[in-house]
Amino acid sequence: MSVSMPSFLNCISDDDFAHYEVDDYQKCVAKWCSGCGDFGALNATKRLLAKEQLQPENTVFVSGIGCSSRFPHYVNSYGFHGIHGRALPIATGVKLTRPELDVFVVMGDGDCCSIGTAHWIHAIRYNMDMTVLLLDNNIYGLTKKQTSPTTPIGFSTNTMPRGSYLPPLNPLTATLGVSNASFVAQTADWIPAHMYATLQAAYEHKGFSFVRILQRCPKFTPDVFTDAVKNPDNNELLVHENGIDAPGLEKLFKNRIIHDPKDLDGGRHYAEVENRVRLGLFYRNGELPCYEDTREVVSVTAAEKIQKINTEFDRYAV
Amino acid sequence: MTSSAPALAKGEAKSELNDSLDTGAKKVFCVPEHTVEIIANSGEGAQKCGQIFGSVSAKMGNGVWTVEIIPAEIEPPPRHVTSTSGNLIRFGTEQITNWGDRTKLAVAFNEQVLLSRHRLDSLDDECIILVEDMWENHDDENIRKEWATAMEEMSSANYRIVKVPIEEESLKIVDNPHHGKNMFALGMLAEVYQRDLDLIKKQIANIFRRKPAKVTELNIALVELGIQWARENLDFQFDVPAKVHEEARVVMNGNQATALGAIAAGMEFCAMYPITPATSVSHELCDIIESYGGMVHQAEDEIAAAGVAIGASYAGKVALTVTSGPGMALKTEFMALAVMTEMPLVLVDVQRGGPSTGLPTKVEQSDLLAALYGQHGDAPRVVMAPATIEDCFQSMITARRIAETFRTLVIVLTDANLATGVQQFPRPQLDERWQEAPLDLSAVPEGTLPYDWDHSTGLSRRIIPGQANGQYTVTGLAHDEFSKVSYEPESNELGCNMRSRKLAVFQSTLKPPTVVGDEEGDLLIVGWGSTRGAIEEAVGRARADKLKVSSCHLTFMSPLEPGLKEIFSRFKRVMTVEINYSDRLGDPYITAENRRLGQMCWLLRAHTLVDIDCWTRVPGQPLRPGDIHNAIVSHLENGAAS
Repeated sequence: MSVSMPSFLNCISDDDFAHYEVDDYQKCVAKWCSGCGDFGALNATKRLLAKEQLQPENTVFVSGIGCSSRFPHYVNSYGFHGIHGRALPIATGVKLTRPELDVFVVMGDGDCCSIGTAHWIHAIRYNMDMTVLLLDNNIYGLTKKQTSPTTPIGFSTNTMPRGSYLPPLNPLTATLGVSNASFVAQTADWIPAHMYATLQAAYEHKGFSFVRILQRCPKFTPDVFTDAVKNPDNNELLVHENGIDAPGLEKLFKNRIIHDPKDLDGGRHYAEVENRVRLGLFYRNGELPCYEDTREVVSVTAAEKIQKINTEFDRYAV
Repeated sequence: MTSSAPALAKGEAKSELNDSLDTGAKKVFCVPEHTVEIIANSGEGAQKCGQIFGSVSAKMGNGVWTVEIIPAEIEPPPRHVTSTSGNLIRFGTEQITNWGDRTKLAVAFNEQVLLSRHRLDSLDDECIILVEDMWENHDDENIRKEWATAMEEMSSANYRIVKVPIEEESLKIVDNPHHGKNMFALGMLAEVYQRDLDLIKKQIANIFRRKPAKVTELNIALVELGIQWARENLDFQFDVPAKVHEEARVVMNGNQATALGAIAAGMEFCAMYPITPATSVSHELCDIIESYGGMVHQAEDEIAAAGVAIGASYAGKVALTVTSGPGMALKTEFMALAVMTEMPLVLVDVQRGGPSTGLPTKVEQSDLLAALYGQHGDAPRVVMAPATIEDCFQSMITARRIAETFRTLVIVLTDANLATGVQQFPRPQLDERWQEAPLDLSAVPEGTLPYDWDHSTGLSRRIIPGQANGQYTVTGLAHDEFSKVSYEPESNELGCNMRSRKLAVFQSTLKPPTVVGDEEGDLLIVGWGSTRGAIEEAVGRARADKLKVSSCHLTFMSPLEPGLKEIFSRFKRVMTVEINYSDRLGDPYITAENRRLGQMCWLLRAHTLVDIDCWTRVPGQPLRPGDIHNAIVSHLENGAAS
């Protein structure tokens, strides 16, 4: 690699030891609709960045296209607001060649689960060390209310005015079904403490940390989660000593399932949709190889490269 | 027209060669060049035989051009006209720049593959053919019939057919003739053309270096048997004198040259998805790039390959993606993103026949307009086309430099002809500076803009993650100098302007193309890409006939090299020669107004307002100098090529 660790260390400056407050991670004012669930995710993320004291210049947010994909514009870090469905390939290129960077990926449900499905499935397999947020509002918001893969069946939209024809895709079971899945969690915009704890656990996990964030679109799907929002009893938290730790929730959220995140079968079982919204850590395996480690490159000087190419030419010499 | 081995054919002898063949005395013909091909069922090793022959000839100092003859399927049915697999080698005393006209000597493992070449008009009318004799009196009546019918069909030509017991002889050494006939054939060719046996042995040993020594020994024994058989049974030899080259030279195919060029250019990351005929570039890279500290990432699809390459470039690496037409089509959205975000990226398109799946293994130059204009919105980028194998190597160094200097997408258009064509060229001199990283991770001054466009040139400074104070968000949305999303009219005009201005600035660094031949005349032939050798050979023949024809070959298609209009003005007529589709005047419904033209022809007409004609063909094979020569003569006689 041309950018080797020694040259990186050479350019450490005083700034690298600066202290960052939450607001230091704010770039410009977010322009989402008032009441949008994206704000909650942004706030929780900025808290996480401050807690971890991530250096803005060594942090990269990559997104696709959609309301939630404006995310990188609102974070003081490097950002790549890509094209629809393709956040993961871009993030793969970044992480694979610069594994020392902290990479976050932000996608919406159309982005990840429809146009970008191929990349999602394969990114799970690559299991690169990145934090991946699926901001799932069950609808295409930016293009104004078209059916997404996670739209509830029967839900009326501009493309399916007589109701969505198909049962929704379950991003959790889909992710848990792919080889090398290493971290799968679900949280919701109506429980900020849980969301923050979930992001924290996702960041700490080494591997592809997939977090589905259930959130409301105030314009087009304000009521899809109303039952769970209005009545804590319609939520069910997966808890475990090795699970996601969100103190203070036990009083309000009484439905708790003790689930060891090592238990893949159990995780798949609980990921199936039932009457209550299940939140928490479905599966975590920190032992799976990360693609960027598997593909780690050696450092070779220019002079060595020239010598090698000349040796290569000898094979083709006339 | 046929005779049984070992005696040579007795037919209507027309040439000195044919006369001498009839005498039975061993005669050596000294020729400046010859074209030989070996053809067989797919899987019988004909390509390996041809590759060794071509490589040995190059190493002996001959100029060489080889063309792979490949079916689209991995294992098509044997003894069928669609299953022909092999190699054509044109070699001579001087540098050979193209595959030439027709084959002078062919080795065929069965009459059906031979027939396929006959039907393609690939064989010289007086081609010498060494053909496996076991089919003529085969136990299977159908095969005997097929033989007879094929021979009858081919009797229209004056081929000199020599029947050879290839399999019978090979079985003296090996049990399975499918693994050995090719080496026996190589031996025959080695004797006919007096190839250096030591070089052949070395080449064989190298190919089988990972197998038990016994394998090499068996193969060499087969070669020696072939030599012996030819010595005892053939009464002719060809002498194609070789030249001693003072400078060191290398011999390789275009995809190998592209891969080595990428490494020499300091490209450290290649993202790709398998597609014919581009894949072997990545095979070469996969083999060696990790020892250079780089890697090849095989992505889940063509789109992802482009995205991963863009991500790597964004992260500060020198990134490459390699594909062919259908793959480039899939990458178009990402290509536009690279343009919009001014992300340096080199994309190699090894062109094949299209549209759609088209002719996956065959050459065409039909992606030019797609490469130039295949994006939504205005997406200026650099497009260049190497013309030779050596160019494939050098293009990669040039492409990287352009991509980084101008923060742009550079498309390198090679094709299936270059991809598999083997040619020798001077060993490239390498430069350590080519290996330098694009940027280090030093902090940038506070307030540095991600698009600090110099308004006169459109050039701006590139910033990568890790550089303190440089944090910005790249976006494919219209943006201002801060990379802030901006829908302001002035801002969008400026962005478009800056991205386009870079091309004009780059063009100002280019020289007008060289005119080969007189600087003025009756006809100028314009070509691009792999057709250069064939065009210049054809123009050379025409000039030898005192026709006032010159040629000019373009390397850059976007931006076009300067001075074209002035050059064109010195010729009464200008005509492009291309391997892509154009309507032919005289065909039903086709008029001068509605005629669809060759792709470079469109481009040059739009660019220069000169009434340029075109002569294009899509035969799924390289153009032949003889056919181009005929088009030149016809154009001069009729005012249009037919």
